[in-house]
Amino acid sequence: MESTTPSPPTSTAPIAKKVPRWPDRVFVGIIAAIGVGILGLALGIVAVLANGAQQSFHRFGWGFLYGTTWDPDHQIFGVVPFVAGTLITSGIALLIAFPVALGAAIFVTTQAPRFLRGPVGTAVELLAAIPSVIYGLWGLYVIHPYMETVVEPALKTNLGWTGLFNGPAYGLDVLTAGLILSVMIIPTICAVSRDTLLAVPDAQKEAALSLGATNWETTRTAMIPYARSGILGGTILGLGRALGETMAVTMVVGNVDKVPTSLLSPGQTISSLIANELLSSSGPLQTAAILECGLVLLAISLAVNVAARLLVWRVTKTGGPITL
Amino acid sequence: MRFDRPARRKFLSHSIAVLTGLCVVAALYPLVSIIYSAAIRGGGVLFQVRFLTAVPPNACSVVQCATVGIGPDIEGTVILVGLASLIAVPVGVLAAIFASEYRSRGLGRAISFTADVLTGVPSIIMGAFIFGYFVYYPSITYSAITGGLALSAIMIPIVTRTTEEALRTVPNSIREAALALGISKWKATLRIVLVAALPGVATGVLLAVMRASGEAAPLLFTALGSNLYFHGFNQPVAALPLLIYDFALSPYSNQQKVAWGATLFLLAAILIVNVASRYMIHRLGRQMAGGA
Repeated sequence: MESTTPSPPTSTAPIAKKVPRWPDRVFVGIIAAIGVGILGLALGIVAVLANGAQQSFHRFGWGFLYGTTWDPDHQIFGVVPFVAGTLITSGIALLIAFPVALGAAIFVTTQAPRFLRGPVGTAVELLAAIPSVIYGLWGLYVIHPYMETVVEPALKTNLGWTGLFNGPAYGLDVLTAGLILSVMIIPTICAVSRDTLLAVPDAQKEAALSLGATNWETTRTAMIPYARSGILGGTILGLGRALGETMAVTMVVGNVDKVPTSLLSPGQTISSLIANELLSSSGPLQTAAILECGLVLLAISLAVNVAARLLVWRVTKTGGPITL
Repeated sequence: MRFDRPARRKFLSHSIAVLTGLCVVAALYPLVSIIYSAAIRGGGVLFQVRFLTAVPPNACSVVQCATVGIGPDIEGTVILVGLASLIAVPVGVLAAIFASEYRSRGLGRAISFTADVLTGVPSIIMGAFIFGYFVYYPSITYSAITGGLALSAIMIPIVTRTTEEALRTVPNSIREAALALGISKWKATLRIVLVAALPGVATGVLLAVMRASGEAAPLLFTALGSNLYFHGFNQPVAALPLLIYDFALSPYSNQQKVAWGATLFLLAAILIVNVASRYMIHRLGRQMAGGA
């Protein structure tokens, strides 16, 4: 079906007049150019950020990547506080979201009565459709007071000995940001896990059931191992979303440019740094440093996303559900 | 695997059912809580007279504002998302046609994978990208044009991926039947294959539109926000998500109330379009399967 291969010569008279070939070539040319434009978009993002970050490259070199100071007053910039903030908030989000999302996916695929599956699935997808800034508003006005007055004091009194909960409980800190993030990535992990669990062949389940396994034993021994790499892929996809999430995090993370020393200390992620400081930057060097932080975030999220996509592609062969 | 002590095993199985059910409750609690708090805190202001057409409170006099509203922000969001769609829909759909219908070339696969990876690029990075590019063109650095471009950068990969998936569900026999009738391939692709995939393409476009209309991060340093109605493509423009962000962090309670009103409006729009489009596409899909 190659459009460019010439049609085989025919000795018999054609039934209709011959279809001209050139419009096909023009069409392929146009859409190929647009397709290449998408590759260009990807390269352009890297090129533009790298270009904007030049001044910071020259000034700090590799030291930028392990610089722990972000001080606009003395024009000293390093990315570590924000990498730390990003990884800590995303780590908390993953710890909370993974069990809940997997549990929900197991409930929907193996436990729920059939009539409940559709509505629960739709509700989870609606959760994914809510804009980040609305999660932020909700986090700031509904979750934050609750964290400040109830959850964090309780954590301090009961688990204070671990050292994880030092410092005053303000409610606007990496813990709250991680909690809001977990809510936002549950739909991603849940949807992918559900799809891979549904893709387990019936014979696999029936075999376990016929050996006398209970519902849970079937899930544990026959379904989860089969769906493992899909679930892992979905989880990494969720992690990718958490790493780059901006508005909600910016509104609850506290926005302090220091490495967080406990789960209750305010921090800053790379994305919230860009949101907060790109416009109010103290000068060209800070702008360049912020764009270099953007490059670091891009590198982290690309690595995570490529890993997840490869896993999900391997399992489902088609690229799986489009999760946003 | 030891299958003994049946009572214990049954108990375990049932407790897992309860436990996973609780996971569903925990996962869906935020949805209920967000809708509830938006309705309680934003309902009063949303149903005020002229809320959907008046300008936001900080553009009125400091003393008293007769009416407050989110008119410029609704208009701005529609303009920005419209601009973005004008770019993203044709680009995304045509790129997807190349990736799916002309897949035998390695380039198609590369495009498809790139689009997939681009859907995972944080939206703030797209904003920084457009900002970094247009910072050398100060007359339009902060404008409806750059805002629309930033949103289109977010929409293009989504439209590409969903269209590609939709095209791939069209059975090969339809392509072969069209070509066997002597139609050229580009016509067969555009008028037969693409039409058969239309419900899926429409889903993808709607997904992208809804995603773009809720995005604030890429607009922070492109569209910038404004208190005024649209006044030119090269001028900063208002947007609902930007208004929500600004007023959420405002110390004044009247502005906070407007943030909640805008949230309720945006939430209702997105949830209604989401549910309605599911229903429509379901019906359209059935109709085409039966009628065509």
